[in-house]
Amino acid sequence: MKHLLAAADLGRDDATAIIDNADRFREALLGREVKKLPTLRGRTIITMFYENSTRTRVSFEVAGKWMSADVINVSASGSSAAKGESLRDTALTLRAAGADALIVRHPASGAAQQLAAWTALVDEPSASPSVINAGDGTHEHPTQALLDALTIRQRLGAIEGKRVVIVGDVLHSRVARSNVALLHTLGAEVVLVAPPTLLPVGVDRWPVTVSHDLDAELPLADTVLMLRVQAERMNGAFFPSSREYSVRYGLSEKRQARLAEHAVVLHLGPMLRGMEIAHSVADSSQSAVLQQVSNGVHVRMAVLFHLLVGTEAGVHPARGGEAVRA
Amino acid sequence: MGSPDHAGVADRELMSAADVSRTIARIAHQIIEKTALDAPDAPNVVLLGIPTRGVTLASRLARNIADFSGTEVACGALDITLYRDDLMSKPPRALAATAIPEGGIDDALVVLVDDVLYSGRSVRAALDALRDLGRPRAVQLAVLVDRGHRELPIRADYAGKNVPTSRADNVKVRLTEDDGHEGVRIAPYGGPAR
Repeated sequence: MKHLLAAADLGRDDATAIIDNADRFREALLGREVKKLPTLRGRTIITMFYENSTRTRVSFEVAGKWMSADVINVSASGSSAAKGESLRDTALTLRAAGADALIVRHPASGAAQQLAAWTALVDEPSASPSVINAGDGTHEHPTQALLDALTIRQRLGAIEGKRVVIVGDVLHSRVARSNVALLHTLGAEVVLVAPPTLLPVGVDRWPVTVSHDLDAELPLADTVLMLRVQAERMNGAFFPSSREYSVRYGLSEKRQARLAEHAVVLHLGPMLRGMEIAHSVADSSQSAVLQQVSNGVHVRMAVLFHLLVGTEAGVHPARGGEAVRA
Repeated sequence: MGSPDHAGVADRELMSAADVSRTIARIAHQIIEKTALDAPDAPNVVLLGIPTRGVTLASRLARNIADFSGTEVACGALDITLYRDDLMSKPPRALAATAIPEGGIDDALVVLVDDVLYSGRSVRAALDALRDLGRPRAVQLAVLVDRGHRELPIRADYAGKNVPTSRADNVKVRLTEDDGHEGVRIAPYGGPAR
């Protein structure tokens, strides 16, 4: 696998391998004072964030650094993008500067795939950087889906056959799309709960059940994934008021009581406490929010390992070495 | 991976299941003797198996040591995949579990356990991994089979069997817990196992 552009691209085996390795990375670092593995020594990873982010960007940076890679962060505001440099030129500049991996978050859907196409080297494909999609527009955010899957598996023991309810603004949510794709690949049953205005056209063709009644779905759910209300993406009137949204689709204490005891609550953050999730629910033992964050680092380590370590089919990459059979 | 001319050459048995059990018992006695782990001022002995079969061997050794000496020794697993020196030149590998016993390895006498000692690179990777985990008082090495052809200055403190082999041979160690049956066989011209 050269790039990670979409959860929809991951087959069951690859996704399971990444999630298993994430657990292995967690074990490998347990109890260590020195959180350093030599695996990516000498590799250069450059993050290109054209949108705000705390947890994703820090998570990728920590993941790379714990594997001894050199991680450099480029954010749109402090870079030449503010002077009008195009995404393509920025990417080619970074490739020329020696990036082995580009981690990109961008407001345009499809940006990551475009980047992979622009930076590909036709005559030396293995020498072009690996591109990891850290969120492109409303399209996909694959590493988030992977860490959510890992969290679910840790709490429930398995993903196959579990009923996962995703609540909120599905229309504008790339994490919802990635989660639907990955959970379906891993054999879970997915239910979407949202007001009709926040569901995309064509959702009837997704491998999901759609509901508008959160209260009805809660008792049967094994996991509830709360989506963030994305005010920054909303120009139209998607619901009459925040209060009405919160009353009908917020995970209140009363609603939490309707959940089965074993059920887990995940949030695809950052949280708007009081809006889509009550304070007490977010901090309760059923909430796996902080576990999601720590899993995020291990999952991203596993993704970097998957993409940057080892060769395809046991042949040396074209860096001056002869082809060697495995 | 075998040469086509020798495709029909059969495996030969090196150790039977009974041989494997006896050898593990003998190594356990040797460890008890050399480390003096049942003496009053004994060091904290920790067995760390290198996955996959090294882990099985380590836990068998721990059980034998407890039976023979009455002293419990801590036992765990040390995955070396991330420390291998051939990571970039081979196909991607799955990681194995690491489990360091509570108490860690600081000031402990660590005995690394593996099934076959060949080039020595796995052991070197294990030493690099230990470096990041703490500072043992000493590190020793126990292997079931030493097949020669060292590429690094590394030697076993406890070796079950020394077997001269050619590089083209494949030494196959099979243990009940991992493979369902037990024994060590050599496949001539089978190529190196890894």
